[in-house]
Amino acid sequence: MYALVAGGGKAGSNVARSLIGMGHELTLIEQRPYRFAQLESEFEHQVQQGDATELYVLERAGIGRPPDLVVALTGDDEDNLIICQIAKERYAVPKTIARVNDPRNQAHFDLLGISPTICATTSIMALIEHEVPEHQLVHLLELRKENLEIVEVQIAKDSPSAGKRVERLSLPEGSRLISVMRNGKAEIAVGATELQPGDQVLAILEPGKEDELRRVLLKK
Amino acid sequence: MKVIIVGCGRVGSSIALQLDREGWDVVAIDEKEEALSRLGSHWNGGFIVGHGMDVDILREAGIEEADAMVVATNGDNTNLVIGQVAQKRFDIQCVVVRVLDPARADFYQSLGLRTVSPTKTAIEVLADAVRACEVPGAREAAEART
Repeated sequence: MYALVAGGGKAGSNVARSLIGMGHELTLIEQRPYRFAQLESEFEHQVQQGDATELYVLERAGIGRPPDLVVALTGDDEDNLIICQIAKERYAVPKTIARVNDPRNQAHFDLLGISPTICATTSIMALIEHEVPEHQLVHLLELRKENLEIVEVQIAKDSPSAGKRVERLSLPEGSRLISVMRNGKAEIAVGATELQPGDQVLAILEPGKEDELRRVLLKK
Repeated sequence: MKVIIVGCGRVGSSIALQLDREGWDVVAIDEKEEALSRLGSHWNGGFIVGHGMDVDILREAGIEEADAMVVATNGDNTNLVIGQVAQKRFDIQCVVVRVLDPARADFYQSLGLRTVSPTKTAIEVLADAVRACEVPGAREAAEART
């Protein structure tokens, strides 16, 4: 595989090192002169200096072949977005991966069809939701393309939904309960299913509706 | 008629003042509060401190009611992202984006964004200015080349 990696910081240089170790052909692009000099002693002809959002820099790095993969890992979200957009739309690069530094910019990547993306803050928050029990709602799966996610909640004794039938809950629009796990047995959730304390419930919902769902199912 | 100007530097502030004089309802956005001083002491239009990539700032500036947007911060890629967000997410028909790099300006023009490249204009104007000097022998040399 031929890969082009934009941004030679910690992430970019380690990704480049790993891909080379796996036997892939690669060009790393780094803009900052002092950083480039450091990288050049290790990566030699496999690193080039320049602004990876400039078409001639990308062309010099072989984007016209095109590469099988472009990975944009600079510290600037707008740069990562533009690099992937140019790679996809102008050079027909089949796969791109972009780093999102500020999670508030995620919506821009989604709007412009740049996916997949990776965001450290978002990953850390997802881990916190997994690890910290009082957060109550565990993210199991994110279906980014479909704009849906699957979460798990455990019904408590004092949850407002305990003792209620699913059809009586005013679930947020864009959400459904999938299944109820009770005493080690899972059942598909239907309108007549009555929730009980201790139930582990799987729900599918649009990202951003977590709070509403939490309120209906769990909050006192 | 409402226009939002993102980036209130030398270019953005001048456009803001011109459009204001022509009767537009103008709101300027800039990261730096000092940029307000570029609009003079009698500025009656809006001015918001913040980053144009921030959708909350765009909303505060009234993007939902805007008819037009001029994007002229000092970053080409920032401008290209903000311009596309205005066009695709907020459905603004008249979005004009400053892009210094002629290559990126041409490419995004082909994707349907209205880009303007001052660099490209400068190149043309400067080359024309050299031709207009009519240096002896220049015209003959050019003709011999074609």
